[in-house]
Amino acid sequence: MDALVSQLFAGLSLGSVLLLAALGLALTFGQMGVINMAHGEFMMAGAYTAFVVQGVIADAGVSLLVSLVIGFLVGGLLGLLLEVALISRMYKRPLDTLLVTFGVALVLQQAARDVFGAPNVDVRAPSWLSGAVEILGVGIPKTRLFILALAVLAVVALSLALRYTPLGRRIRATVQNRDLAETSGISTRATDRLTFFLGSGVAGVAGVALTLLGSIGPTLGTNYIVDAFLVVVVGGIGQLKGAVIAAIGLGLLQAGIEYSTTASIAKVLVFVIIVAFLQVRPQGLVSVRTRSLA
Amino acid sequence: MSTEQHDTPSVDAVPVDGTTGLDTEALEAVIAAPGERFRHDYLEMRDLRVVFDGFVAVDGIDLTVTQGDLRFLIGPNGAGKTTVVDAITGLAPATGSARFGGVELVGRPSHRTARAGVGRTFQTASVFDELTVLQNLDIAAGAGRRPWTMLRRRSVVPEHVEQALDTVGLGHVRDLPAGVLAHGQKQWLEIGMLLVQDARLLLLDEPVAGMSQSEREQTGRLLQRIGEQRTVIVVEHDMEFLRAFASSVTVLHQGSVLSEGSVAQVQADPKVVEVYLGRDAGARASASAATGGAPPSPGSSSTPSSPSPSSAEVS
Amino acid sequence: MSARLGPRARVWGGFLLAAALLLGVAPAVLSDFRLNLLGKFLCLAMVAVGIGLAWGRGGMLTLGQGVFFGLGGYLMAMHLKLADAGPGGVPDFMLLYGDGTVPGWWEPFRSPVVTILAILLLPAGLAALLGLAVFKRRVRGAYFAILSQALAAAFAILLIGQQKVTGGTNGLNGFRGFFGYDLSDPVNKRMLYYIAAVVLLLMVAAVRLLMRSRYGELLVAVRDQENRVRFLGYDPALVKVVAYTVAAAFAAIGGALFTPIVGIISPADVGVVPSIAFLVGVAIGGRATLLGPVLGAIGVSWAETSLSESFPSFWTYFQGALFIVVVAFLPNGLATLGQVWRRRRGGSGAGIAADDAVRPDARRSDDQESGVHDPAVSGRTA
Repeated sequence: MDALVSQLFAGLSLGSVLLLAALGLALTFGQMGVINMAHGEFMMAGAYTAFVVQGVIADAGVSLLVSLVIGFLVGGLLGLLLEVALISRMYKRPLDTLLVTFGVALVLQQAARDVFGAPNVDVRAPSWLSGAVEILGVGIPKTRLFILALAVLAVVALSLALRYTPLGRRIRATVQNRDLAETSGISTRATDRLTFFLGSGVAGVAGVALTLLGSIGPTLGTNYIVDAFLVVVVGGIGQLKGAVIAAIGLGLLQAGIEYSTTASIAKVLVFVIIVAFLQVRPQGLVSVRTRSLA
Repeated sequence: MSTEQHDTPSVDAVPVDGTTGLDTEALEAVIAAPGERFRHDYLEMRDLRVVFDGFVAVDGIDLTVTQGDLRFLIGPNGAGKTTVVDAITGLAPATGSARFGGVELVGRPSHRTARAGVGRTFQTASVFDELTVLQNLDIAAGAGRRPWTMLRRRSVVPEHVEQALDTVGLGHVRDLPAGVLAHGQKQWLEIGMLLVQDARLLLLDEPVAGMSQSEREQTGRLLQRIGEQRTVIVVEHDMEFLRAFASSVTVLHQGSVLSEGSVAQVQADPKVVEVYLGRDAGARASASAATGGAPPSPGSSSTPSSPSPSSAEVS
Repeated sequence: MSARLGPRARVWGGFLLAAALLLGVAPAVLSDFRLNLLGKFLCLAMVAVGIGLAWGRGGMLTLGQGVFFGLGGYLMAMHLKLADAGPGGVPDFMLLYGDGTVPGWWEPFRSPVVTILAILLLPAGLAALLGLAVFKRRVRGAYFAILSQALAAAFAILLIGQQKVTGGTNGLNGFRGFFGYDLSDPVNKRMLYYIAAVVLLLMVAAVRLLMRSRYGELLVAVRDQENRVRFLGYDPALVKVVAYTVAAAFAAIGGALFTPIVGIISPADVGVVPSIAFLVGVAIGGRATLLGPVLGAIGVSWAETSLSESFPSFWTYFQGALFIVVVAFLPNGLATLGQVWRRRRGGSGAGIAADDAVRPDARRSDDQESGVHDPAVSGRTA
């Protein structure tokens, strides 16, 4: 029983991290079709933001909350810059954006290495997040619970924003029919930028959250980017719902297989399962079917 | 690049949008196959239904088209015309039945449907832009080739590919990339591809969109000739073209068959006048229907959304 | 000048020239060290030739070629380690990390014949299987790219995790012999270079034949209009699988030769980042051309070696900038510049007539095509 609960929670926890990493991608890749390989580096930038902020604000609790805000802005602004400078020229070549943003990722990683040094650095967790909470007889680290809560919060906030704000409506309109949106007076350019800002901002937040789990380094993003993309692929595009289910599902799966084998075998098995899953549902879990010709 | 593929010297610099027309004599050579091959061909749809996420695009259509017919499929936007074609060719998920030549097409993978003798074109002329006209036709002719043939260069141009080139009047641009062809020429290339593909059922989605008047007439006559032998379904918005060339018409409305019959019968059908031609055109159309196929009124000749080359390029 | 020769003569001339450069000039003027380095570049170029076929011609952005490269390299390394092993027949690293016994699935690779067959067939077979699974279900564009990348990630993690049988992060290294030839003898190192050069020349010839065949035309058709091809009665999945499998086989052979030439194969050569890095040379040289990928790969590897020796951090910036500038602004690679140059020259000399007259148009559609043909966006709705 204890083992089951603790595995379940390990899976949920991994899933929530994946979700935070993938949520921004669900916007930029899922809604806009842009494959941003630098998304992981935006997370890395968020993590280093937390490191810098902590250098200024000594209190770990205050600095964490401030970092979440600033991390969002840092990630968002980097994304905005990327969109304006490069991606806006390449909407007709989605696969090429992948390579271009990979180049950006390389540059950002090296920049982090040059500025902060290659060795990993640590960000102190606030005292109110140290220790564990007993749930069903199993000790769960408070940091993990915090990240879970943060992921839930981010999903709720994003879906509310997409559904009820004018900006959200514009984003959805642009995604569903770009030409029609444009002729209806929506500036698709501005919408693209905002979407990218939002998605990249969430990456920054995810990066701040990751500082709670361990030390951070220039390659922090590369560790998450592949899994984050898989979440979006499995989840299907167009709706956040798919990403949520896929992230939690993959988290549970990975943790479950890891429990009975090893982490590296689990990775391979999860990949095989994903390919098998795509045999059944090539469009992912949640897909919007249209009659448009491929 | 693929343009230097052939040792045949590229034919004199004829302007790409040259006005050479279709060659019906060459057509006879392409479709010279014995008529018995097609004698018992017919397309039969029974309760064909397509649902997209709860939206019923095609709502239980029954439709039979026999060999030798040139059937036009018309209807307002969203009536399900293209979706019917998609369902037959495996592009849209369908239930019910669509049989051609004794073969059930619903649920069959697209490439196997094609091998069963069903060919189609798309609203937007979709040819292989980077390949030459000749290469386009050669690919269309080659689905049955063995692997070993595929892995070698083309040493001679197959006879029926040559004839198809002449039929669709593209012999002088055979070595040009298809991407530089004029819009009408691309449509002809597509028809040529259907011919060399040896399709016995041809499904054409707006084949004359964006064509000039004389191109339309040539295309119409070409389709009529093909239709004498094979089963042809044309999805069209152009009423003038329809009146000139259709041998029978099926009107779709909201995913169902609204009316069916000869051009005159359909035009006289009050239901058609009401839903299809719309309120404003209704008066004029009923007037023309009464006289049985009067000259087309400008209002009806370019019905709901007349497709234009510019809209075709978006996709 | 070369334009006066027939196309066939030009091709043969170019091929012989390349052969003379690789087999005659290079060994004569380069030191043993430099020649060995060039051999390494040639192995990487083999991967690039395959990527040029799969990505440039077939539109499959494969971000996981490191997997096949690694499979070939590790299969070769396993055999070399077993052949090197001392009296007990157990490779040194297994004595170090493991329990000193050789796992059963290593045993067949004591045989040179089994090893070579495995290198030729296993990665290709895996690619065929994976390709069928993925392409049959019409997973393509971005989805395919991401899956291939995930495969590379999983493979590298597996190699690192199973240290007892794979050598872990260190990989497999310290080979002393190559099928009975002593690798410390410079003559045998030269022999390896010659093998790599001949293999690469054969691969380029094979890809040229493929590109010019009917299959080559069909592959381009599938890249640009997959659905249209389907309605002509072909199964596009099979067309793609062939190119993907050939690319995988080439990568595996490149990996298998890379191992003895460089003397080590490790997860750092096969993971996500090296797998994408294979693409930069292809992109620079011109993804859809025959020689672009080869020249690009050799050029980039050469630049990396010489730059990263003196300015290690600068190289990473440079590599990143290459990706950005080339892919964003020169989608057809440096081959575009070559075409522009050729067009100019053709324009000034009025002799070259009809053929060139149509080219500018053709090229214009090329430029658009190279952007639009990747059906990533459409892949989402299909």
